[in-house]
Amino acid sequence: MTSAADANSDRSVLPITERYTLIGWVRRNLFSDTLNSLLTLAALAFLFIVASNLLRWAFVTAEWGVIPANFNLIMRGQYPATEAWRLWLVIYLLGAVVGSSWRLLSGKFSGAARLLIAIPFVLMLIPFFSMATRLNLVITAAASAAGFFITGYLPIQRRGRTAAYLLLAYLVVMLILLQGVGAEEGPMPPVAPILWGGLLLSLLLAFFGITLSFPLGVALALGRQSKLPAIRVMSVIYIEFIRGVPLISLLFMGQVMLQLFLPDGFPLVDRVLRALVAITLFSAAYTAENVRGGLQSISRGQYEAANALGLSTYQSTIHIILPQALRAVIPVLVGQFISLFKDTTLVALVGIFDLLGIARTILANPDWLGTQQEVYAIIAVLFWIFSYSMSYASRRLEQRLGVGQR
Amino acid sequence: MSEEATADEIIVCQDVCKWFGDFQALKNCSLRVQAQEVVVIIGPSGSGKSTFIRCINRLEEHQAGDIIVDGIPLTRDVRNIEQIRSETGMVFQQFNLFPHLTVLENITLAPIQVRKMRKDEAQDTAMSLLNRVGIPEQADKYPGQLSGGQQQRVAIARSLAMSPKIMLFDEPTSALDPEMIKEVLDVMQELAETGMTMLVVTHEMGFAREVADRIVFMDGGEIMEVGTPEHFFTNAQHDRTKLFLSQIL
Ligand SMILES: Nc1ncnc2c1ncn2[C@@H]1O[C@H](COP(=O)(O)OP(=O)(O)OP(=O)(O)O)[C@@H](O)[C@H]1O
Ligand SMILES: [Mg+2]
Repeated sequence: MTSAADANSDRSVLPITERYTLIGWVRRNLFSDTLNSLLTLAALAFLFIVASNLLRWAFVTAEWGVIPANFNLIMRGQYPATEAWRLWLVIYLLGAVVGSSWRLLSGKFSGAARLLIAIPFVLMLIPFFSMATRLNLVITAAASAAGFFITGYLPIQRRGRTAAYLLLAYLVVMLILLQGVGAEEGPMPPVAPILWGGLLLSLLLAFFGITLSFPLGVALALGRQSKLPAIRVMSVIYIEFIRGVPLISLLFMGQVMLQLFLPDGFPLVDRVLRALVAITLFSAAYTAENVRGGLQSISRGQYEAANALGLSTYQSTIHIILPQALRAVIPVLVGQFISLFKDTTLVALVGIFDLLGIARTILANPDWLGTQQEVYAIIAVLFWIFSYSMSYASRRLEQRLGVGQR
Repeated sequence: MSEEATADEIIVCQDVCKWFGDFQALKNCSLRVQAQEVVVIIGPSGSGKSTFIRCINRLEEHQAGDIIVDGIPLTRDVRNIEQIRSETGMVFQQFNLFPHLTVLENITLAPIQVRKMRKDEAQDTAMSLLNRVGIPEQADKYPGQLSGGQQQRVAIARSLAMSPKIMLFDEPTSALDPEMIKEVLDVMQELAETGMTMLVVTHEMGFAREVADRIVFMDGGEIMEVGTPEHFFTNAQHDRTKLFLSQIL
């Protein structure tokens, strides 16, 4: 009794400095009593064993040579080396667009902007990169800086809208650059999407899967709430059908059955496009359900106030209901998009060479037998980097929009 | 339409009936409101006051009887409904401001979208309305950053921005702390003095006595008694009216 009381009073009368030192923190949180101390020690021992094994593997056993030797394959699959300059151009432009829209939307050269500019320089530290690659990275950094500063001098009024148009224009240019135009012997010969591969393809599938499924999903969520029975029933059937089917079976259906649904002679022959259609249709159903959650969180008073002001259903949906509903579900949607990004690896099973498909080709090559650990570890790291960036960006977005505060 | 409105009658309700399922919430309610008149509706909880004024801008649909607002009969016709709504402002007990928009955006949204007003023009109007309700300095805040009384004044300004001919108030001060009630009632009183036609559901008897041209007493879905404040507070006819007034005063 007395000793417990003493211990308590002891803690509260510790001088401020004691209470907040590292040793004080460790003693209070890790070694407060016998059981806690034992647990701490056991955890430390476990961590030590795992970490030392992992480090020994990473720095001693592992044959990292497989990565530089196949680096281009991992990054861009079978995209022809002679056309690789087009990919770099796509990346420069991305840098410029990001820099420019950063200026338009945020205006400040804040910490996060510095972080973005730093990315190319960090990448340059990767030991096996050629001088050419490093030069390309410097150009990318320069392009984003130029985008940021030049935009600052332009007298632009509608900043948000300009940024949206810029992004849209970028997407068009990007697709043209990737796909190519003109004759086989021309300056920019076409490259069929089936040759796009590796990280390039994984990112493209995820990006277009997300951007195409999002409006479709929102439309389905609204359709599910529609007063018109035909629209409501169709939306429900679609959503429930898709949600009852695994993505992999949709991917197989896309490969073998899509042709049945389309008019004769419709030129949707490319396997990658068929996979994208399947991913989009799949993701839309989940987006719809998540957005529905947001729609349900909006009180009747909001609809009534909009009606009482004379706003039409369309106007109140666009200006009142959707902005609030979407804001409420940003975290869920981002979570869904992250899983979509990771689920794109399933396309490897229908013969498309995304990151995982490329990993399997590399491992099938006799030269690289027994390098599974290294290859899969790198693939995992790449996925982690992009998934983590998405969730980090979403948290920043939530903070900026003040979700939960108003 | 069996009932023609005379020139000055801006709202005509004739034998309006409304059911929620089997439950009849409005029983043959008839009321004629002159332009520029202030009518206060009182009555016990559940007597149908909200339902009645919500029928006038079609937030609830009545099933029998006629409602004519500014010469426009309220029917299923969507164009009529939209026209009546854009001429009728409504202020709710729970304010119902749009939380994702600033005060200024709350007020300018409908004029820009519905009236196709230019943005700068709408903002000028909004600022003068905010001046009128006494909170011009709050224009760039979000509703969640304002006190209840300030929010309700923004809601009034938001309705006024559509230059309505009629304002409907459904217990505008019931969700407010006592010290904020007066600031809202003052704004409403000023509005009445400018000649706005107002239908006000309220329990504020002081306001009713001072501002109302007529008072309507509802009970059990029926309009029991209509008269001037003086009539009500000195010689109410119905026993139920007297009972209600004795409880509330
Ligand atoms: N959407 C609805 N569905 C079913 N019944 C309803 C609905 N809205 C109102 N009612 C019923 O209709 C009656 C009248 O309701 P109303 O809200 O008009 O009363 P009120 O006079 O405004 O009461 P209060 O002073 O509590 O606001 C009540 O008995 C209520 O239960
Ligand atoms: Mg009510």
